Amino acid sequence: MTENILTVKDLSVGFQVRGKELKAIRNVSLELHDQEIFAIVGESGSGKSVLTKTFTGMLEQNGSITHGTIDYKGKRLSDLKKDKQWEGIRGKEIATIFQDPMTSLDPIKTIGSQIAEVIIKHQGKSKAEAKKLAIELMDRTGIPNAADRYDEYPFEYSGGMRQRIVIAIALACHPNILICDEPTTALDVTIQAQILELIKELQREYKFTTIFITHDLGVVASIADRIAVMYSGEIIEVGTCDEIFYNPRHPYTWSLLSSLPQLAQKGGDLYSIPGTPPSLYKDIEGDAFAPRNPFAMKVDFEAEPPMFQVSPTHFAKTWLLDPRAPRVEKPALIQNLHERFEQTLVKDNQLDQDVKVEENLEDEEHDRK
Amino acid sequence: MTVNKKDVLLSLRDLEISFGEGKNKFVAVQDVNFDIYRGETFSLVGESGSGKTTIGRAILGINPTSNGTITFNGTQINKKLSHHQEQDVSRKIQMIFQDPSASLNERATIDYIISEGLYNFNLFDSEEDRLQKVTQIIEEVGLLPEHLYRYPHEFSGGQRQRIGIARALIMQPELVVADEPISALDVSIRAQVLNLLKKFQRESNLTYLFIAHDLSVVHFISDRIAVIRNGRILELAETEELFNNPLHPYTQALLSAVPIPDPKLAREKKLLVYDPKMHDYSVDKPSFVEVKPGHFIYANAPEEEHYRQLLDEQAQGVN
Repeated sequence: MTENILTVKDLSVGFQVRGKELKAIRNVSLELHDQEIFAIVGESGSGKSVLTKTFTGMLEQNGSITHGTIDYKGKRLSDLKKDKQWEGIRGKEIATIFQDPMTSLDPIKTIGSQIAEVIIKHQGKSKAEAKKLAIELMDRTGIPNAADRYDEYPFEYSGGMRQRIVIAIALACHPNILICDEPTTALDVTIQAQILELIKELQREYKFTTIFITHDLGVVASIADRIAVMYSGEIIEVGTCDEIFYNPRHPYTWSLLSSLPQLAQKGGDLYSIPGTPPSLYKDIEGDAFAPRNPFAMKVDFEAEPPMFQVSPTHFAKTWLLDPRAPRVEKPALIQNLHERFEQTLVKDNQLDQDVKVEENLEDEEHDRK
Repeated sequence: MTVNKKDVLLSLRDLEISFGEGKNKFVAVQDVNFDIYRGETFSLVGESGSGKTTIGRAILGINPTSNGTITFNGTQINKKLSHHQEQDVSRKIQMIFQDPSASLNERATIDYIISEGLYNFNLFDSEEDRLQKVTQIIEEVGLLPEHLYRYPHEFSGGQRQRIGIARALIMQPELVVADEPISALDVSIRAQVLNLLKKFQRESNLTYLFIAHDLSVVHFISDRIAVIRNGRILELAETEELFNNPLHPYTQALLSAVPIPDPKLAREKKLLVYDPKMHDYSVDKPSFVEVKPGHFIYANAPEEEHYRQLLDEQAQGVN
């Protein structure tokens, strides 16, 4: 069993908005294992960013933890109040990369000085040493001619390059946990693929734990060890990457998978989830997803489902897992996911591996006859 | 091929778009040639900086062109037009923008935002008629008439994009240039917006020029796809043809970057990186050639030979 580096118990977070309380996080519990890549997937407003902001004490002024605890290496983070108390943790132990690399860099400071600044502050190195380390980091994150580009400004870098710099800054203080908040959403697909590879590589080398936040399940298939799915402030399903993709149990996870554009059938409509998420100002009765759930039962509108255990690593919060519930199969669209993609992928690469594929195609022809 | 029978709505010939003059001249788009047929969805796919949006804007007349022609419905539109012609073209070609929060006037009601085009072109008989038109379109995009008197900030990203669509479609356009209309949206909202665009196409035989950077999205919606890089179209084919037989190394690299939502395959996947230095164009100059009916590629003579060979082998393999 792997060691837990961060433990969250029954965490609730509320915001005061115009005299009303908005419940952004409701009773979330999770354990982060050492050196894993843990993905948090959800739509905008599901609370995925708010949840991770509590790990570094970066909630907005009007937000506060109303219930529950966060423990990191024997320290109770949920008790920390002042910025002074957070200093040893934020950036140094737990660092965050944000979505937009333009707004997280200072436009009037050189790229190099922004990395060196962090090294000087957190590691107490001299200026010359910091510059050397900064160039090394730029090199590691894939900036060509790092030494020459040390004195350039953010506007001279492309979006993908800027995101590499943000990663370099985050790694400059050797954090134990790296929170990646939609780090690739603003980037082109080709650059997105490269940044994902980079994060995977760096993690192996620097041995940190990664929390990866995204709204797109497709993005995390290649890198996540475990995935948590969030809906209206709750974790509704959590499991290993394979369990979430091949054996999802919550109807919301089914809908998320079904709406992936890669699954669309030519000529037909794309699957879309009906309705909108519930208002977070109101108390939610029963299962939060029930009004949009085609599989909802009467009990879903009346009582909140508990977390049911599917396997030692797989949990889902839906009444469908209750022994008394009728047996419901996941939608046909997401059954045999692996086999379906294997076929389309083979088709896409026909020209690359013509010999092997030809055989497959003949076999298929044969089967059809 | 069925494509040959369709009539051409928009035609670009040897299009070049440049910014600046003299020493500072920067050619953003060059030698672009393609036709868009009535009723189809034509996608322009490329990375940021490839010139895809610039082409879209040139079609709308926002960016001036430096060479070549844009022909819409048989009339060249990238030159000085008479007032009447200009009115006609600006009504018939509409645009949907990427960022639904930046493209709507924050201080105007939804009612005004949607009717602005009607006011500018006098497309209504009476106040009643205008209201009826606006109400009808807002219901068609899945919003409610009561939303008309609200302001853009009161809506979510997906709803705002619906307003953007309503604003474009109330003009009864023939061609809609959709510039990354779903990039800023959540996966689940994307599906709703794409379905909506498809619905309008079925109902009124709309033509779309769809601009995107992600091949997985355009696979579902497009009839034909053009891949663009550094202002040049590198490959153009019908959707299934492009996905089945991607010939240009850049197209293959783009395809390899599409995330696969399947953990087992995603872990094994190799990412192809495109290096333009792989082409040796020092002696043989490349051009845009048709290697198979409807399948165009930017290549020089030896490369063209190679691509034809690949296609032949593949065709034999299947039969």
